[in-house]
Amino acid sequence: MTAATLSSGWFLENAWLIPLIPAIGFALIISLGKRMPQGGSEIGIASIAASFVISAGAAWQWIQRVNSVSGDGEHALGGVFGFARAILPAASEEGGKAAYVEPVIRSWTWWQSGGLEFGLGQHIDGLAVMLLLLVTFISLLVQVYSTEYVAGDRRYTHFFASLTLFSAGMLVMVLAENMIQLILGWEIMGLCSFMLIGHWWEEKANSTAALKAFFTVRVGDVGLLVGTAIIFFGANDWAVANGSNGFSIQAISGWAMSGEASQSVLFWGGVALFIASIGKSGQFPLHTWLPDAMAGPTPVSSLLHSSTMVVAGVFLVARLYPVFFVGFDILDTQFNLIAIIGGITIVIAAALAFVQDDIKKVLAYSTVSQLGYMMLGLGVGAWLPAVFHIFTHAFFKCALFLAAGSVSHSGSHHSFDMKKDMGGLWRKMPVTAGTWMISTAALCGIPFFSGFFSKDEIIDNAHNNGYDVFYYVGLAGAFMTAAYMTRATYLTFFGKARGAAAGEHHDEHATGHDAHDAHGHDAQDHGDHGHDAHGHDAQGHDAHGHDDHGHGAHAGPHESPWRITAPLVILAALAIGSGYLNAPAVGTEYFLKWVEPVGAEVELAASHGDDGDHGDEALGFGALAASEGYSEGCGYTDPAEGKVCYAPKVPHAVFTWGKAAPSIVLVFAGIAVSAWLSLGVFGDRRNPFRGLTTRFAPARWVHTLLVNKYYLDHLYERVIVRAVAHPIAAAAYWVNQHILDGIVNGVGTSGRRTGEWVYRNVDQRVVDGAVNASGFVASETGHALQPVQSGRVNQYGALLFGAATVGAIVLILVNI
Amino acid sequence: MNMETITNDTWILTVGTFLPLVGVLLMMFVPAGEERTHKQIGIVTSAATLAVGVWTLLRYDFAQSEKLQFFVDAEWITVIRSNYTIGLDGISLPLYFLSMVVTFLVMIYTWDNMPDAGNPKSFIMLMLVLQVGMAGSFIAQDLILFFVFFEVVLLPMYFMIGVWGGEQRQYASLKFFLYTMFGSALMLVAFLALFFQTGAESFSFAHLAEAGALIGRDVQIWIFAGMFIGFAVKVPMFPFHTWLPDAHTQAPTQGSVILAAILLKLGTYGFVRIAIPMLPQGAKAWAPVIGILAVIGIIYGALGCLAQTDMKRLIAFSSVAHMGFVMLGISTLTEFGINAALFGMVAHGLITGMLFFLAGSVKHRYHTLEIKRLSGLLIQMPRLGWILGFSAMASLGLPGLAGFWGEFPAILSAYNPNFGLDTTLYRTLMVIAALGTVLAAAYLLWLFQRTAFGRPNPEFTAHGTHPVGAGVNDDHHDHGADIHDVTPIEWIAWTPFLIAIVVFGVYPQLMFDVMDPAVTLLVERVGAGIP
Amino acid sequence: MYAVNFLLLGAVMFSIGVFGVIARRNAVMVLMSIELILNAVNVNLIAFALMNGSAEGHVFALYVIAVAAAEVGVGLAMVLMIYRNRRSIALDELSALKG
Repeated sequence: MTAATLSSGWFLENAWLIPLIPAIGFALIISLGKRMPQGGSEIGIASIAASFVISAGAAWQWIQRVNSVSGDGEHALGGVFGFARAILPAASEEGGKAAYVEPVIRSWTWWQSGGLEFGLGQHIDGLAVMLLLLVTFISLLVQVYSTEYVAGDRRYTHFFASLTLFSAGMLVMVLAENMIQLILGWEIMGLCSFMLIGHWWEEKANSTAALKAFFTVRVGDVGLLVGTAIIFFGANDWAVANGSNGFSIQAISGWAMSGEASQSVLFWGGVALFIASIGKSGQFPLHTWLPDAMAGPTPVSSLLHSSTMVVAGVFLVARLYPVFFVGFDILDTQFNLIAIIGGITIVIAAALAFVQDDIKKVLAYSTVSQLGYMMLGLGVGAWLPAVFHIFTHAFFKCALFLAAGSVSHSGSHHSFDMKKDMGGLWRKMPVTAGTWMISTAALCGIPFFSGFFSKDEIIDNAHNNGYDVFYYVGLAGAFMTAAYMTRATYLTFFGKARGAAAGEHHDEHATGHDAHDAHGHDAQDHGDHGHDAHGHDAQGHDAHGHDDHGHGAHAGPHESPWRITAPLVILAALAIGSGYLNAPAVGTEYFLKWVEPVGAEVELAASHGDDGDHGDEALGFGALAASEGYSEGCGYTDPAEGKVCYAPKVPHAVFTWGKAAPSIVLVFAGIAVSAWLSLGVFGDRRNPFRGLTTRFAPARWVHTLLVNKYYLDHLYERVIVRAVAHPIAAAAYWVNQHILDGIVNGVGTSGRRTGEWVYRNVDQRVVDGAVNASGFVASETGHALQPVQSGRVNQYGALLFGAATVGAIVLILVNI
Repeated sequence: MNMETITNDTWILTVGTFLPLVGVLLMMFVPAGEERTHKQIGIVTSAATLAVGVWTLLRYDFAQSEKLQFFVDAEWITVIRSNYTIGLDGISLPLYFLSMVVTFLVMIYTWDNMPDAGNPKSFIMLMLVLQVGMAGSFIAQDLILFFVFFEVVLLPMYFMIGVWGGEQRQYASLKFFLYTMFGSALMLVAFLALFFQTGAESFSFAHLAEAGALIGRDVQIWIFAGMFIGFAVKVPMFPFHTWLPDAHTQAPTQGSVILAAILLKLGTYGFVRIAIPMLPQGAKAWAPVIGILAVIGIIYGALGCLAQTDMKRLIAFSSVAHMGFVMLGISTLTEFGINAALFGMVAHGLITGMLFFLAGSVKHRYHTLEIKRLSGLLIQMPRLGWILGFSAMASLGLPGLAGFWGEFPAILSAYNPNFGLDTTLYRTLMVIAALGTVLAAAYLLWLFQRTAFGRPNPEFTAHGTHPVGAGVNDDHHDHGADIHDVTPIEWIAWTPFLIAIVVFGVYPQLMFDVMDPAVTLLVERVGAGIP
Repeated sequence: MYAVNFLLLGAVMFSIGVFGVIARRNAVMVLMSIELILNAVNVNLIAFALMNGSAEGHVFALYVIAVAAAEVGVGLAMVLMIYRNRRSIALDELSALKG
C-alpha cells in the first residue's frame, strides 16, 4: 500500500469542472437564453448533463482509487469483516479498505493576505463524489421535469438560469477545498433560493417567502462566518506548519484530530458552524422558512428539499466531522447539541405535518423531520448512516415533490390543497400515485425500501453509541412519519374526489384565498398559499395559457405527460434501489467502503502516506464489526508523532433483524393507526374521532398550537423582525435625526448665533467702530485741507516751491 | 527603515494627476452655451487621464508592490520643508486607478443625465478639478501636499451639491463643507504637531513614519486624536456621519457616485497611510475605540437604513454600515483586517457607486425615490430592476461578488487582533459585526422587495388601471410616459462597474496580490513601532 | 573757479523762473518761466559736469531739453485749447481743479 498504488484519473483530477460547467451555463442562459428556441432550458439541461457525466466518471474513478488501496493490501480483513456477506468481490475478499484514502485535492491561488495564499479548488473524497453524483442527477431530472411544468411561464429563461446556478452553487460547495469556497457555494445557493422561491414575485406572499428564506438562512450564516473565523485561527498555525492554511478542509480535519487543538476552540467553532447548519438545514428553531419556501414552483421545492440547499447544513457537519466529533465529544456523551437539535426537529416537524392541508407543506415538514434524522445521525456518531440517509432521502423526497407537482399540474388544477381539491386521484393518475406510494414507503422506512436501510441504521447506531434517549426519539419519529404520510396519501389519492380533483371549475384566486382563510391559517402567514402560483394571476394565465396541455380547458384530472412521469418513474425506482448500496440486511456495504473515510493515521508530510505500517488501524477497523466503542485510535488518542488523522474512527452497529424489529413494528403501526383514523376522520363514516378537536379542549389546544406552528413565526415575524424593523430602527433613526444631527445642527445654530452676537457687538461696534473712526478722521482732515486745493495754478506753484525751499532748508540743516 | 523606492517613469503620476486641468483650461475658452463640446471635452479629458492610468498599471511592477513606484521627490515649498513627493504602492494603486475610472464613467453618464440646474461647463470643470484632488491625495507622499489635495477635493464637491443638488442642497452642502473643514482643521493641527514633535525636518511620509514612532506614547495619543477626528469625519464614522445622508441625498447623481466611490475613501486611506504608520502607539491605544465605533456604525447604519423611506437616503446610510466594516478591519491592525479594509474600500466604491447610479436613474424616470411609491420596477424596467438586485446582493456581501471580500476577512480579522489588543472585546465586536451582515441582508432585500417586486404603482403606468401583469416581456417599455429601461449611455457607464464587481468577487487575488505586500510591510513597521 | 559763476547764473535764472510761475497771470508767460527754470537746471548740470569731468551731466541736460520740448508742446496745446474754449488764458480765472 504505497502512494503509487493510489489510482487517479482525468475525471477525478478535473472534478472542478463539475460546478464550472453549470456556472458557465448560467451565464449563457442569462445572456443568450431568450434567443434560444427552448428559451435557455436546453443550455441548462446540457450543462447539468455534462456535469453529471463528469461526476459519474469521477465516481467511477474514485471507486477505482479506493479499490486500488484495498486491492493490494496485505491486511486481509475479510474474516473480521464478518457481516459483510457482500456481493462485491473486492469487499468480501479483500475486506474493504483499511487505510485512509487520500482525497484528490487540487488548489489554485484565490486570494492572499498577510503573505498567506488561500486556494480555490477541489477536495474530492467519497462524500464529495457521492453528493456530486446525487446533485447532478437530481438536478438533471428536475430540469427535465421543469421543461413541462413551467412551460409558458413568463420567466421561463430566468427560471432555468436560476436552477442552473443553484446547482452550480451546491456543486461548488460539495467539492470545496476550503471553508471560503464552501461559503461561496453556500451563499450562491442562498441567492438562488431567493430568486427561485420568489419566482412569482408579483404576489407579495411569494416575495415575502423568498425574503424569509434568505433572511433566516442569513441569520444562521452569522454562525458560519464566526465559526470559520474561530476554526481558521485555531487551525492556522498547525496548518501552516504542515504546508496548508487554516481554511483548508483537510487541514482543519487533521488539526481537529491532532490533539493540539484546544477543546474550547473546537467546541465554540463547532457551535457556531452548527448554527449555520440549523439555518440552512431547517433545524429547530430556524426551520420556519422551509415550509414557506413552498411558495416557489414545485420543481424548485423538490430540488431544494431533496439534494441541495437543505442538505447543505448536514453536509457542512459531515464535511467537518472531526471538528464536531472532537469538539462535542460525540462518543463520550449521551447528549450533545447536534443530537438534541436533531431529535427535537424530528418530533416537532413530524407533529406539524399532521395539521397541514397543503400537500407540499406536509412534504416540507417531512423534509425538516428527515433532516433532523440526518443531524441526529451525525450527532450520535453515525456518520455513514446519516450520509447514506442524505443519499436515499434525496431520491424519494424528490419523487414525492415531483409527484405532488404532477398532481397539482394535471390533477387538481394547480391547487395544493389536499382537503379541497384532491382525493381519489389514484385511478386518474396511476403512474403518479404509484411512484408516490413507493416513495412514501421509502420515506416511512418500510423494509426493503431505501429509507429503511438508512433510517434504521441511524436509529440503531444511536442505541449502539449510547444515545438511548435519541433511540426512542428516532423510533417515535418513525411512527409519526408513517402516520402523517399515510394521512397525506389517503387525502390525496383515496377517498372521494373533491374540488378540482372532481373536475369542478372554480375561480383560482377565490379558491386560493378561501383555502387560506377557511382552514384557520394564520392570515399573517404570507407563505401559506393553498395554490402553487402557477397561474396565480388571471392575466398571466390567459396570456400564456396552458391550453397546450389541456388545462385551460379544464379537462379534469388526468395523467401527466412523459416529461413529468419519466423523472418520477426513475426516481421511484431509485427510491427502492438506492438503499441496496449499503444494506447490511442483504449484505451490501458499498457506502462503507467507498464513501466513509477511514479513521486511520497517515503520514503527515507525505500527502499519500501509507506505508503498510498500519496493522493496528487495520485491526481497529476490524473492530467495527464488534460494535463496540474504541478507547484508542483516531478521535480517541492523539495520533503518533508525524502522523495525522483526517477522520475519526467511528463504530458501526451491526444490523440484525431483531434490532430492526421495533421500528418496523412501529412503522406498520403508524400506517395502520393513521389509515384507520384517516378513514374515520376524512371518510364518510361516522366516527368518534371526527370533530375531536372541536369537542375536546386539550386536543383543540394541541391542534391550535400546531396550526400556529408553535408560534415561532409569531415570535420571529411579529416580535423580533417587527421590533427591529420598526421601533428599534425608527428609534435609531430618531436618535440620528434628533440627537446626533441635533447636536450638529445645534452646533451649527449656536455657531450662527454666536456669529450674530459677535457681529453685532464685536464686529459692528469694536472692529467696525475702529474702521469707521479712521474714516471719519480722514474725512475731517480732508475737509480741513480743502482750501489748499484752490484750483489756482499759481498758488500750487507757490506751494510747490515753498515746500521745496523748506525741504532744502531741512536738508541743509540736517547735513550740517 | 528606509522606504525603498523605484524611480522609473517619473512623469507618469504627475501627468496622470494633473491632466484633467488641461481639460479645464480648454473649457475656459469655450462659451458656456456649447454644452455638447463641454461634455465632449470632459469625456475626452477623463478618457485621456484614464489612459494614463492604464499605462501606469502596465508600467507598475507588481512584483515589488510594497515599494513606492514612479517616485518623485522635488523641492516645493522649501521654507516649510515640504516637498513635492509622490509615489504609488500597493495601498494606493487600486484607489488611484479607481478614481480615474469612476470619473471617466461619471463623465459618460453626464452625457445625457445632466442635473436639472444645467450649466455643464462649470459642472464638468468642477468634476475635473475634483479628479485632480482625488488622484493627488492618493499619490501624495508628503503631508502638506496630501493636505492640499485633500482640501482641493472639498470645494468642487461643495459646489456640486450646493448648485446641482436637490431641494435642501444649501443646507446639505454647507453641512458637508463645515463638517469636513472642522475635521480638516483638527487634522492640520495634528499634522503640524507631528511635524514639530518629530523635529521638523521634513513632511515626507517616509520620514514621519520613521520619526513618528519615536514620539512618546501620550503625545502620540493626542496627535492621533486630531487625525482621528479629521479622518473619521471623512470616512464617516459614527458619530461623525450625519453630514453623509444629507450630502448624499441632496447631491446630484454624479456627486453621490463620486462621493461614495472615492471621497469617503480618503478618510480610510488616511488612517492606513498616515495615522497608523506614523503613530503606531497612538493607533494601538485608539484601536479599540475605532473598533467599537465601527461596530456601532455597522449596526446603527443598518438600523438607520431600515427606518428610511427614501431609496437614496437608504443607500447613503448603508455607506455608514459598510465603512464600519472597513474601519473594523483597520482597527484590528492585522494584515487580514487592513487588506480587507482596502478591498472593502474599492468594493464599496464600486457597489455603492452603482447603487447611487441606479437611484439617480430611478429618480430621473419616476421623479421620486420614495420607496412606498415605487414598486414593480422589475415589470417596468426589468434590466434596471435586475441590476438593482445584483447590486443589492453585492452590497450585502454575497460571496462571488466584490462586497464579500471586504466584509468577511474584516470579520475574520477581528477574531485575532494584532499587538495584544483585547481579544475578548474584539471577539464580541466580531459577533456583532457578523450580526450586521444579517441586518444588511434585511434592509437591502427589503428595499429590493418593496421597489422591484410586486406590480407597478398605477400612478406611473400610462394606461392607469391597466393590469401590467399581462404579457410582461423584457422588451416592453411602453408603460408610463418617460419610464424606459436602461439606456445605452447608462449601459456604457455601468457595465464596467458590474464587470468589476463580478471579476473582483470571483478572483479577488487580482487586488489582494497588489495590496498584500504593501500591507504586510506596513503592519511590520507598525509592529516595530510598538514596544 | 568758473563753476561758481555758472551756478550763480543758474540761481538767477531759477529765481526769475519761480517769480514768473508764481506771479504771472498769463499762461504763456508761466510756460516760459517753467522753461527758464528747466534751463537753470541745465546750466547747473553742465557746470557740475565740467567740474567732475564726466559726461553724465551732459546726458541729463540733453534729456531735460528733450523733456522740456515735449512739455512745451503739450503745454501750448493745452493753452490753445483753453483759449479756444474760454477766450482767455488768464490763470486766475481757471480754477476747475478746485477740490
